[in-house]
Amino acid sequence: MTDQKTATSISTAVTAQDPTLSGAEMVIRALVDQGVEVMFGYPGGAVLPIYDALFQDNEAHGPRLRHILVRHEQGAAHAAEGYARSTGKPGVVLVTSGPGATNTVTGIVDALMDSIPLVVLTGQVPTHLIGTDAFQEADTVGITRSCTKQNYLVKNIRDLPRILHEAFHIATTGRPGPVLIDIPKDVQFAQGHYQGPDEVTFGHGYNPRTKGDAARVAEAARLIAGARRPIFYTGGGVINSGPEASALLRRLAAMTGAPVTSTLMGLGAFPAADPAWLGMLGMHGTFEANNAMHDCDVMVCVGARFDDRVTGRLDAFSPGSKKIHIDIDASSINKNVRVDVGIVGDAGSVLADLIEAWKAGGYQPNRQALDDWWRQIDTWRARQCLSYRTGDKVIKPQQAIERLYALTRDRDTYITTEVGQHQMWAAQFYRFQEPNRWMTSGGLGTMGYGLPAAVGVQLAHPGSLVIDIAGEASIQMMTQEISTAVQYNLPVKVFILNNEWMGMVRQWQALLHGERYSHSYSESLPDFVKLAEAYGAVGIRCSDPAELDAKILEMIDSPGPVIFDCRVEKNENCLPMIPSGKAHNEMILPDDTQDIGSVIGESGRGLV
Amino acid sequence: MPQSTPPASAYDLAHESEVESLATFALLVDNEAGVLHRVVGLFAARGYNIESLTVAETDRRAHTSRITVVTRGAPHVLDQIEAQLQKVVSVRRVQDVTRDPNGVERELALVKVRGTGGDRVEALRVSDIFRAKVIDTTSESFVFEITGAPSKIDSFVELMRPLGLVELSRTGVLSIERGPEAM
Repeated sequence: MTDQKTATSISTAVTAQDPTLSGAEMVIRALVDQGVEVMFGYPGGAVLPIYDALFQDNEAHGPRLRHILVRHEQGAAHAAEGYARSTGKPGVVLVTSGPGATNTVTGIVDALMDSIPLVVLTGQVPTHLIGTDAFQEADTVGITRSCTKQNYLVKNIRDLPRILHEAFHIATTGRPGPVLIDIPKDVQFAQGHYQGPDEVTFGHGYNPRTKGDAARVAEAARLIAGARRPIFYTGGGVINSGPEASALLRRLAAMTGAPVTSTLMGLGAFPAADPAWLGMLGMHGTFEANNAMHDCDVMVCVGARFDDRVTGRLDAFSPGSKKIHIDIDASSINKNVRVDVGIVGDAGSVLADLIEAWKAGGYQPNRQALDDWWRQIDTWRARQCLSYRTGDKVIKPQQAIERLYALTRDRDTYITTEVGQHQMWAAQFYRFQEPNRWMTSGGLGTMGYGLPAAVGVQLAHPGSLVIDIAGEASIQMMTQEISTAVQYNLPVKVFILNNEWMGMVRQWQALLHGERYSHSYSESLPDFVKLAEAYGAVGIRCSDPAELDAKILEMIDSPGPVIFDCRVEKNENCLPMIPSGKAHNEMILPDDTQDIGSVIGESGRGLV
Repeated sequence: MPQSTPPASAYDLAHESEVESLATFALLVDNEAGVLHRVVGLFAARGYNIESLTVAETDRRAHTSRITVVTRGAPHVLDQIEAQLQKVVSVRRVQDVTRDPNGVERELALVKVRGTGGDRVEALRVSDIFRAKVIDTTSESFVFEITGAPSKIDSFVELMRPLGLVELSRTGVLSIERGPEAM
């Protein structure tokens, strides 16, 4: 146990017999009662009583509740996200007031956008100092009100047990999301009566609907059965619902004979090895997935939200289809795209009901129509939209991901990413077969997400291979977390596709701004090998395609954390691509001969 | 961007072809610190208008307040506003009063009119027609209290404007449903 270095005598430990507990002790006790095993945090003045209670709990009970000391509070939030995404359990963050709290905000917004259950505990200045501009005071609940699912300022010790348990309930049920509890220091010291998870009465009318409306489910089954060109478009909601939802999706897809595509967040719910898999859809999705979405006659959207990265041009989005939308968040239905059958409910629950309705209706897929549909899809597949040329001088980034996949596919592997071209290449070329194996910042697109997320994943899966597929620009936003990995012997691998550019920015500047590369070159890069060594990790560099496999294996076989500086082709664009303002069937393909700077029209230029 | 181009992405969700209308939403919310901010913040963050807003505690024991918010939008936007409001943990119930045939809306206004002679007499006469109450008077002014549907108050204010309207204070819309059922 390296977590605590000082040895002091044990004072009162948190035990079940205590009639009263301090607020700080209640926090620890509630975390233990909620089954939390790991939390990520950084101490500071306004949260010291909780750190003290944690110390004493660890002394008394051993490390039943581990605390991982990160190097930056944003890292704590992303690590908790990685932990949550790879386990299905809530991630827990403990930070101090003021800058501690504000530093977590990016991670909190990220969790809100991607529906990740987090419980964020922030210290606050004592209640009598709130509003006085005290040292390290910030209006944490004010700042986070719009980026949490719910947040609390605990002004009275009486409310603390209820709020602690309610926070876990709200974070993990319905559409999951981050919940923040701001606890003033005097409340942490105050004594009160603790109540367990089953003893508290929640104060809200919060009661999310998980069971889909039976009549609409029956209508959906009827529509799918009558389809000639059906498609499943699935998202992160299937992953969030749990592994059972992924199993049900596979069953339903097999029963209906329909092809399956998925959003970035939904990768892994349906196995990439299945012949019905079309690959990811959307801006950097495959030609076959996007054309099938455009031409389908019945679209079944499960746990996805018609994001602008997915739909492309809205008025040309899948114009001829009947649309079924299953989502636990009623506000996602009819938000961007109007649908014919909206079903509010948990993805797993509704998929199970849909399978039952399919059986009850005695439905059979229209084999003849499906054969025609698959023949059409095969012509799109024949377009080989992910093709790229390799050479013997320079490593292509796509090639690096393909080799990484080939060399890790038979292992127990988890992949995280940063944000940019490398993220899209990872989504295109790394073939996920299982849910919860892919952690990426989809909605918010947070550069710096991948390394701390990998730390969180590795803690949850100590024996597994955890790789952060990174870019040389993104990784510098959270490089310091390699120190966390070293401290806790977490053998995460950071696989940097180093093209010396903020590649996605450069690509858009080429597309939209006349190749005027304003501030997108990665100047003054560190020597990543020396950087790794400075942190006590292993550094590997590779620029020769012939050495790539051997170096990747060297990385995999290294027992500790590794930073792998993979020097790749500098000017590669991430294709295929739906240019902004265009429809699903207007993709740019890698072998298009047209000038890449001329494909986006005047109206597309203003879009993000 | 040129206005003539058709909506091309989620960024152009204006749906110009749809007619905007006013809508009144009644919300039953947990009476706790910050709940008003949650509702107002939602409107601000998603770019919805607030035409009027009222809030007060209505049940101390149940710890609930009632917020009545008048907004404007196309039917599709109003549906989205309702769904977004329903998603807020502290919001217990949402009622679309405008689209409910049993919805009743009332507003109270305090109207200060300054004038002498014929205008002053006329102001008093109009206030009588509108069943407004005089709650303060000086030799050259009246303060009227008037309640009614927002449109009635609008008419009253328009009639008072040429008679020396100097100040107007309105509560914003309150609403309730006809019949024995509670929200």
